[in-house]
Amino acid sequence: MIPTPIGNATPHATGFWRRYIFSADHKVIGIQYYLTAMAMALVAGALALLMRIQLTWPGIRLSWLGKLFPAGMPGGVMTPEFYLSLITMHGTLMVFFVISLALVSGFGNYLIPIQIGARDMAYPFLNMLSFWLVVPACLIMLGSFFVEGGAAAAGWTAYPPLSALPQAVPGSGWGQTLWLLAMALFIVSFTMGGLNYVTTILNLRTKGMSMMRLPLTVWTLFFAAVLGLLTFPALTAAAIMLLFDRHFGTSFFVPGGLFVGGEIVPHEGGTPLLWQHLFWFLGHPEVYVLLLPAVGMTFDVLAAFTRKPVFGYRLVVISLIVLTALSVVVWGHHMFVSGMSPYLGEFFTIGTMLITVPSAVIGLCLIASLWGGCLRLTTPMLFAIGVIALFGTGGFGGIFLGNATSDIFLHGSYFVVGHFHFMIGGVTLFAMFAATYFWFPKMFGRSMNERLGRIHFWLSLIGFYGMFLGMHFLGLNGLPRRYYAFTQFEILKPLQGMHLWISISSFLFAAASFLFLFNFFWSLARGSRAARNPWEATTLEWTVRSPPPHGNWEAEPPQVHRWAYEYSAPDAARDFTPQTVEPDGAMAPK
Amino acid sequence: MQMELTQTSGLSGGTSSALERNQGSDANPPWALSTGELALWAFLATVTMLFAAFASAYLVRRTGADWQPIDLPGILWFNTMVLLSSSGTMELARRRRERFNGWLAITTWLGIIFFVGQGLGWRQLAAHGVYLSTNPQGSFFYVLTGLHGLHLAGGILFLGHALNRAARAHSDGRDDAALHGVATYWHFLAALWIGLLVLLSAL
Amino acid sequence: MGVIFNILMRNHPSTLAAATTGPLQGRSHGLLLALFCLLVPFLCFLFWKQHQPPPVASEHGAGIDLMINYLLAAVGGLLLVGHAILAWFVWRFSRQDRVTFRLATVRTEWKWALVPVVLMLLVAEGGVLVFGVPVWKKFYVAKAPANALTVEVTGQQFVWHFRYPGKDGLFGRTHVKFIDDDNVLGLDPTDAAGRDDLIVNGQLRLPVNRPVRLRLRSKDVLHGFFLPSQRVRQDIVPGMLIEVWFVPNQAGQFEILCTELCGLGHHMMRGLLQVMPEREFEQWLNQNHS
Repeated sequence: MIPTPIGNATPHATGFWRRYIFSADHKVIGIQYYLTAMAMALVAGALALLMRIQLTWPGIRLSWLGKLFPAGMPGGVMTPEFYLSLITMHGTLMVFFVISLALVSGFGNYLIPIQIGARDMAYPFLNMLSFWLVVPACLIMLGSFFVEGGAAAAGWTAYPPLSALPQAVPGSGWGQTLWLLAMALFIVSFTMGGLNYVTTILNLRTKGMSMMRLPLTVWTLFFAAVLGLLTFPALTAAAIMLLFDRHFGTSFFVPGGLFVGGEIVPHEGGTPLLWQHLFWFLGHPEVYVLLLPAVGMTFDVLAAFTRKPVFGYRLVVISLIVLTALSVVVWGHHMFVSGMSPYLGEFFTIGTMLITVPSAVIGLCLIASLWGGCLRLTTPMLFAIGVIALFGTGGFGGIFLGNATSDIFLHGSYFVVGHFHFMIGGVTLFAMFAATYFWFPKMFGRSMNERLGRIHFWLSLIGFYGMFLGMHFLGLNGLPRRYYAFTQFEILKPLQGMHLWISISSFLFAAASFLFLFNFFWSLARGSRAARNPWEATTLEWTVRSPPPHGNWEAEPPQVHRWAYEYSAPDAARDFTPQTVEPDGAMAPK
Repeated sequence: MQMELTQTSGLSGGTSSALERNQGSDANPPWALSTGELALWAFLATVTMLFAAFASAYLVRRTGADWQPIDLPGILWFNTMVLLSSSGTMELARRRRERFNGWLAITTWLGIIFFVGQGLGWRQLAAHGVYLSTNPQGSFFYVLTGLHGLHLAGGILFLGHALNRAARAHSDGRDDAALHGVATYWHFLAALWIGLLVLLSAL
Repeated sequence: MGVIFNILMRNHPSTLAAATTGPLQGRSHGLLLALFCLLVPFLCFLFWKQHQPPPVASEHGAGIDLMINYLLAAVGGLLLVGHAILAWFVWRFSRQDRVTFRLATVRTEWKWALVPVVLMLLVAEGGVLVFGVPVWKKFYVAKAPANALTVEVTGQQFVWHFRYPGKDGLFGRTHVKFIDDDNVLGLDPTDAAGRDDLIVNGQLRLPVNRPVRLRLRSKDVLHGFFLPSQRVRQDIVPGMLIEVWFVPNQAGQFEILCTELCGLGHHMMRGLLQVMPEREFEQWLNQNHS
């Protein structure tokens, strides 16, 4: 009944356009996603630096920027509405167009088929379509900076009525409409990708590749895809209703009796909280969509550089299942002080504290994977250990915020900013770097420069902690997020000093990221040639040449005889045994 | 059983675990779905979640002070009968392979009639003075029927595709996966409509 | 410059073999990383010494502080232990050149998994059940005592309005159609209950040690009413009337912040809270009621 599990590679396209631009090859698409994410990261990072400059030196004049954004920075001085556009777009771009695109779509596309022994995704054409839907989404998002009123300015959470009423903030004019359209395109694209992931992982595994033999990268991408499929529709529904409220006069979210900008708002009876529920029904699982693949890839890198199997493979899989299930019933912890029923608050507190259990089990497995290993501290390994550190530091912060009682004081403060940057900024970014240094030789047939990589790691680590560790404690002081300046309040003025250090750290981190970019492109052209399996790893992608040919396997797809983490097996000749090696030790026929 | 094996196999490195011995699942379990079916069901899951999100929004919104029930246009009941019978003909088409071309064509036409009927329903409602933004339940009515209609339009295209394929598959005597797929999707749309109708009329 | 470039970019293959040779490789990185991991809890401690919530000035606030302090101690302890273990592992296992422990048995795995399960259930779940839920219930679920003073707070893009019900204890009806420059809240002129309502912009005066019930409303978009010292935070949702209550137990002047993004003046939506002795408060109230 099931077709032979080799995947659906399309005939190898010839010609530049079909091969590199409108390609249906999962590897090309993965790299396209990755490079798109990189471009978006440059923009989103630049926005963050602008924010840092404004927060550290409020009202500073940067004349040359005034030319680029004549409306947002007239004469080079940032307006508050432009600052709000910056926070909104930084968040949106980073969450959806950088981390999602690079980790889930980029590495997901590249790794899933090749790690499970398929020739391609189940639906290569759909895959191509999904990438080419994201491109206009990116362009619309970026273009929204240049429409009247500027880009969306209601925060990445786009809470109505602020996001519904153009008269409430300039960015809620065309900027917000474009934001909604771009998000809609993104969701359609992500859904198509998710369908591909789920079907490919379930049905295209090669002979012998049982679910319990999958690398954890694939497992985590599977759960990320499932979560995406089940929770993004909530945002789709909310976005449709918000569009209707904005343009067709309906009142889903906008209540009656509002008086904005000197005028009565002609709406009746909508409920703003409805948006928050729908948004966070997606928004919280989205955190796991980003976080889980980061953790999965970290496990794979750890195994390769500890030269031993990961600790608790089964525990991780079980924890992933529990996390996935719990993550769709805890969204209310973003809304403890939103005005929803306090009884719900109790429910969500208890649920959220429960979710710390599988998270902590995964944390334990990450740390315990080091035990007894022979650590080879290459760049990918350094970043992987960085992930463990960030996962720990950031994860503990979450316990403060998931608790409704302490959240009364900490909600909406810099504690929150610090916490989520650790989790969906740091863990994911460091995992992305680890994955890049790790799989770069496979993707491009050349290795990245190790020395630059290590410098990149240390600057990033110091820069990252410098940026976000202190923010937790600013939050403990009560410093609210999304403030254009902290000059108006007596209690906030003394905190200005820390902002200087945060900004310096952010410049350091930015510099490190440019080092990474330089290394990336320099290595593309000049890096040393990589063999098939430079890291002596066990999973299937390392059994083919670098970069792998179209269709991944020259001859028949491989047969798998063992699980993904056969390192330092007692009777094996070498300290790693690829999944394709037959139990008696002979290499599987090609 | 395999768990037992590992428990006796010593404490630390050296011995292999159940994971390493785990046999590959080459024989697919009987509940395994084909890739196409799997993709379809995953898609249906995400569509279900979309409408579930709208339904929960509806249930929240209807507690608002300004909520007024609207009179649903009478043609909806006719449309419902049309869609339900199209579901029936779809099933006939799927089961009775020798005659499926005819039933499939009838299903397609019934689908088109439903689609047009829904459009007439909108006109009836507008004639009663209920526009998109007149009334919250009216807004939901337009949005929900519109979205369902969009999915149904996709279903009609899918049906046309299946019709085309079925004609060819029939001529060379093969079973056709597209037919089973479109049947599942069509039944789903009918069930979804019943759900929406209950939501809009009874709640 | 060129020299630096040459040193940096000397062809240096990133392979396993390379990882164990050359300067500043393997072990030294392990040591540095271990030290860094140890530095993190230390840094947290230093930051905490300098950054603490403003002194608490309300009754229930003490409970919130207890919750936060418990978490700081318990989670801080876990943070220290966790980072120490990570540091130790990184340092220890970057110094050996062969694998000394390979695979745990199922039973060992499960046993170790119990550690985080029990810890998290005790520290996180237990903590919130013991310290958190009672405070939450008191702040949110319990009704304000009968002798509570009621004040209405209205958020408007970038200013706060406070309304006292006057001698009759009743707030007059409002409607958006009556809003103009002289009638910022849109009081209905035909409603007698509103005649003696006292409306103050920007400054909230409250008596000390008496329960206060706040009715929170918004004229336009979401706002967040935040009294840091009193540990009161509540979003204000247009279309909803949300009540919170608390007992300010320290006299003095405090700031009111908006903590839900409300537009371009969000960062300067400042209000003042003046908590004064009961008698002074009554005096002020009487003077201002005409």
